Amino acid sequence: MSPEPAVLDIVIDSVSAVFMIVGALMSLAAAMGLLRFPDLLSRMHAATKPQVLGLFLLLASIGLQLRTWWVWPVLLVAWIFQLLTVPVSAHMVGRAGYRTKHLHRELLSSDELEAVVQKAAAKASREDASDDGRPD
Amino acid sequence: MMEIVLAVTAVILSLAAAGAIIRIARGPSLLDRVLASDVLLAIIGAALCIDMAVNRHLNNLMLLVALSIIGFIGSVTVARFVADRREQPNES
Repeated sequence: MSPEPAVLDIVIDSVSAVFMIVGALMSLAAAMGLLRFPDLLSRMHAATKPQVLGLFLLLASIGLQLRTWWVWPVLLVAWIFQLLTVPVSAHMVGRAGYRTKHLHRELLSSDELEAVVQKAAAKASREDASDDGRPD
Repeated sequence: MMEIVLAVTAVILSLAAAGAIIRIARGPSLLDRVLASDVLLAIIGAALCIDMAVNRHLNNLMLLVALSIIGFIGSVTVARFVADRREQPNES
């Protein structure tokens, strides 16, 4: 083992303690963002912090506390699973929120979805019109 | 040192869970409530992680993965449901 195991233990313990407290603060930041932000999209911005960075810090602190190497791949799999599922659910929630007008439009700096939605609506109305004109 | 960390994180996570529950109770729309319950699930997962790290075991790891599956399926399902319910008046 390298120089003194006791010193190394204290260093690893302190690093994992800092990771745990910062990871818990991510959850507190998300809750404050949920309470204080004005609309759904900005609340979604706050809500992703404990799901990705907070979970990463806490899983790293588990790995540091257990002091074994074989546990790191398991923790990495858990984190990657969270990384794969969180964007999908955030996409679905954000899309539903946009479609149901749960946003403050004056707070957006740019809206790249509006052109797509209007084009789809125009296409749908054109198809409706051609359907109505055709005799059954 | 671990006892101090456990106490501090317990206080922080309790405050965070209280904030998320207030948003679930007060949220103006259904999507706000879904988002807040997702955050509540993340806070519960954080509590499980801290328990594993402080007590040095891995018993809760499968529970953590199951929690993320539940959060994913729940928010995707409710988002689809909201979109469908709001689009029907336009179609009919």
